[in-house]
Amino acid sequence: MEHIIPLFVAISLATAFLISLLGSKFKFFRTAFPVISSAALVILSVLSIFLVNNNGLMVYKMGGWIPPIGICMVLDGLSSFMLLTVNLVAFFIMIYSINYVKKYTDVYKYFGLLFLMLAGMNGVIITGDLFNLFVYLEVAAVSSYALVAFGTGRQELEASFKYMVMGTLASGLILLSIALMYSYTSTLNMADIGKSLANEGSSSVIIFISVMFIVGFGLKAALVPFHWWLPDAHPSAPAPISAMLSGVLIKALGVYAIIRIFYNVIGSNIYTSRILLVLGTLSMIVGVIFAIGQYDFKRLLAYHSISQIGYVILGIGLATPLGILGGLFHLFNHSIFKSLLFLNSGAVEYSTGTRDLKKMGGLNKKMPVTGNTSMIASMSIAGIPPFNGFWSKLLIIIACVEANEYIYGLFAVIGSVLTMASFMKVQKYAFLGKLKEKWKNIEEVPFGMKFSMICLALICVFGGLLLLPEISNLLLKEASNAVLIGKEYVNQVLGSV
Amino acid sequence: MIYFLCFILFSIGLYSILTKRNLIKIIIGISIVDYAINLFFILVGYRMNGRSPILEKGEEIERIVDPLPQAVVLTSIVIGLAVTALLVAIAIRIYEKYGTFDINEIKELKG
Repeated sequence: MEHIIPLFVAISLATAFLISLLGSKFKFFRTAFPVISSAALVILSVLSIFLVNNNGLMVYKMGGWIPPIGICMVLDGLSSFMLLTVNLVAFFIMIYSINYVKKYTDVYKYFGLLFLMLAGMNGVIITGDLFNLFVYLEVAAVSSYALVAFGTGRQELEASFKYMVMGTLASGLILLSIALMYSYTSTLNMADIGKSLANEGSSSVIIFISVMFIVGFGLKAALVPFHWWLPDAHPSAPAPISAMLSGVLIKALGVYAIIRIFYNVIGSNIYTSRILLVLGTLSMIVGVIFAIGQYDFKRLLAYHSISQIGYVILGIGLATPLGILGGLFHLFNHSIFKSLLFLNSGAVEYSTGTRDLKKMGGLNKKMPVTGNTSMIASMSIAGIPPFNGFWSKLLIIIACVEANEYIYGLFAVIGSVLTMASFMKVQKYAFLGKLKEKWKNIEEVPFGMKFSMICLALICVFGGLLLLPEISNLLLKEASNAVLIGKEYVNQVLGSV
Repeated sequence: MIYFLCFILFSIGLYSILTKRNLIKIIIGISIVDYAINLFFILVGYRMNGRSPILEKGEEIERIVDPLPQAVVLTSIVIGLAVTALLVAIAIRIYEKYGTFDINEIKELKG
């Protein structure tokens, strides 16, 4: 059954190709086809979770070449968990996009680029080869640069250029560290690198490589102090793309790669987890402090992405079973509620044409679906029970206390309170209060947009159920075990061929 | 020695990205950084007086250049081309909108 693994890349690449080829002629290829194709990807990711649960780790050998000579694709608990997150969010964004992108010309190019980005992200998640990871990362990154500039307005272009310069520099650093890694271990297969590192023992070269990886992937994940491109790039993109970038791209390219390389390939040690803890806490606090002062709806959300990624990294950096479980759970939850919030902001922009919170007011009366779903998402991100954000934040804070890292736990609580403050501001300015004269005639958004917002809101409400023992054994436990086995990954991959 | 030159090239590129005020010069800086990294990767696989990595029948494998970095760098050059093309395209659009390449005058977005 390992033959389903390459399908994640193949389906999305084929879809991107077909859309770019036929999208300008036939309407089907720019409306229904993207939705069908991403639905297929969601079904495959659910299937992959059951497969991993039954068979354990699976390896697909590309072209029949046995690793470490050939390139291999690896599916384990962590990969299938990430695949589900990415493809689920992508599915709802496709439904939302059909109505939203009507204001743009060349809609088929939008969907083509979106699927190219999806192919890159799926590729990053399932690959078992370090250089292959770099290639997929660049596929996803280049299409996201183009998508940020899709509106071709003054601000979009400026943000895209800034994003591109930072992104290229990050990719350069990642490539440089891959080159150093190759010169040290003479192989590019991740499992094989892990094996020869275990034989060689540690040296100062490994420390240098680790630092380069942290800077490179930290730039991709927008950790403070590498964060300053994100608040420009994410708000300037079309709203569904912002949801995609903030919801899953920074996680697939940044957080996932950090977890994979530092836990499974290099092997975790006290210094890297210290660095991750400090970076996570910094992002958590600095992001939310910047967010409070913002009056641009999407820019505020972008700063919150930085802050929430800080929580994920904090959980991961604790390196205890509960911390990793909480971090991964928060990663899933954040991708759901942050995409929902960006979709809400897109709906508001669609109806009123503004992103300035001060100009809105009382929109709840005219746009009840948007207002209520954004209320659910706000409470979820602020960590109010019983929404999903509460459970994952609770897990992270408990894990901090268990690991005797009281200071970090305290910062996590402070970050959560500040998050709540800034989202109360959003609700007060945008959705509650008196309806302004100007917005007398606005209408609620079309059905497709409403549908995906309601579905995401439902996941927010019932997300806490993922912690029930039956479901969590299938999904979250499996994912955090894949991280916790550490360098055992090497033996499992090399043993299964 | 040649690794040191590679590092100097990298630093020149980084310097031009960080200090130059012109979009085109920033793009050139990015290309220089790209080339420095590619050159480094090639050097990793190089052996002194090595020959090309083509194995003929009945030949011994000795003093042969490592072929893997060459294949890898080829891919990386193609990626670099795509990124450069996109950067230049965006720079042209920026020039159409703002009428300048100077980044001091292109700052509508602020932290």
